[in-house]
Amino acid sequence: MTTADSSTPDSTDSRSPERFSPLHQAHVDAGASFTDFAGWQMPVRYSSDLAEHHAVRDAAGLFDLSHMAEILIEGPDAAAYLDYALAGKLSSVELWQAKYSLLLAETGGIIDDLVVYRLDDTKFLVVANAGNRFAAFDALLARADGFKVSVVDQSDDYALIAVQGPNALAILDATAGVTDLGTDLRFMKYYRITDAFFRGHPLLVARTGYTGEDGFELYLAADQARELWDALVVAGADKGLVPAGLASRDTLRLEAGMPLYGHELTLTTFPAQAGLGRVVNLNKEDDFVGRAASEAGPAAGASVLVGLIAAGKRAGRADYEIFRSLDAETSDGVITSGALSPTLGYPIAMAYVTPDLARLGTEVYVDVRGTRLPATVTSLPFYKRVK
Amino acid sequence: MTDTSALQYTPEHEWVLVEGSIATVGITAYAAEKLGDVVFVELPEVGSTVASGTVVGEIESTKSVGELFAPVNGIVTATNDAVVESPELVNSDPFGAGWLIKVEFDTLPTLLSQAEYSALIGE
Repeated sequence: MTTADSSTPDSTDSRSPERFSPLHQAHVDAGASFTDFAGWQMPVRYSSDLAEHHAVRDAAGLFDLSHMAEILIEGPDAAAYLDYALAGKLSSVELWQAKYSLLLAETGGIIDDLVVYRLDDTKFLVVANAGNRFAAFDALLARADGFKVSVVDQSDDYALIAVQGPNALAILDATAGVTDLGTDLRFMKYYRITDAFFRGHPLLVARTGYTGEDGFELYLAADQARELWDALVVAGADKGLVPAGLASRDTLRLEAGMPLYGHELTLTTFPAQAGLGRVVNLNKEDDFVGRAASEAGPAAGASVLVGLIAAGKRAGRADYEIFRSLDAETSDGVITSGALSPTLGYPIAMAYVTPDLARLGTEVYVDVRGTRLPATVTSLPFYKRVK
Repeated sequence: MTDTSALQYTPEHEWVLVEGSIATVGITAYAAEKLGDVVFVELPEVGSTVASGTVVGEIESTKSVGELFAPVNGIVTATNDAVVESPELVNSDPFGAGWLIKVEFDTLPTLLSQAEYSALIGE
């Protein structure tokens, strides 16, 4: 294969056209195939997309997400600033709590979707998508005028490792070197974070993820990443843990009905169209970026996001068009993500359709490379774990 | 193990095993690896006429769709029902149990040797 690079690349040079994770060598050692993701060479799979997908549903998977962007917001006005800069009311987020939020444009479209962690009264960690790192940082910085706050892009300093799956807690519990947890992980709720140490270095342990399973996301200094990765591999050896690539991450999040920026979310998508109206808090007292446009809402007749399921094995995929009938001449929608669901065994997709087709149970047709195949509008998510 | 040096290849990452006037066709391990886990295979009808270089089937993975090109002009004499039933055979044994179609041909076009194909994929 041509993709495995055994040299040790420089992972710190952000000007490099091709970025490498601080865990790149671990992936090479594990036999990963790589793909370009927002300029990063990241593992797409180690052996089998399907095996990695099933491992996360049944046991656990280990993901390197070091390409994601970490932006630290700190200062006496941090909470008020985020209430202005983001769609949600971050000032009401409790210490050590996480919140999913949106960075809106003035037009009401979505610049990025984010997870925000409150690390102190005056300190928040904002995690943005790799592909939106600079767009998100630039927008956040531009919105800081007049607030006593610092906005610092720490993406190059942080590594991010996720352990996802029903065995994630047991694996983290057995991982050597993780000490001084601020919260007992057994009692930590979903969408919470706590501080800790890994071999004497600061570590953040968040109970968050993008797979539809229980799991943890671990933030630490990039130069500690390999040691933690290896410690997790050892701890997970008898618990079904396998390294899992971005291919399985994509099918896992699709089954869980979670949007992916660039697919379900774009600069021209209103949150309300994507079913994320609840993320935009119009009850906030003060103004926030995108408020006026959000209050006006999307244009009448704007398409809305739905789930689609179909029989057989031929999956509709991103950019395939939706028709209301076998002989309709113009399309009434488009798929944004689609795959043969590994867990469910039938095709699933997320699609934007005209509002009159959005009712649950509506029959539509997907143009699968020239053949119109029937599909049924269904509710999201497609898969929900049994708690 | 299939002796891959006895096979001929196409730039579309297919292999061809020639036995008399019958060409057995599959996709290479390189192509299978690039596709990822194959989850659906659609093959032409037995008895259908195929033209070299045209798309006659599809190989879908979780991530993408690959097209099956006919490497020769001829008539499809057999398709691999096992691989339709168990598409993962394309990944587990691309040069053997993962074969896709057999085509009866009159004349064999010039195909790539293993050395030429290896050079093409940079191995």
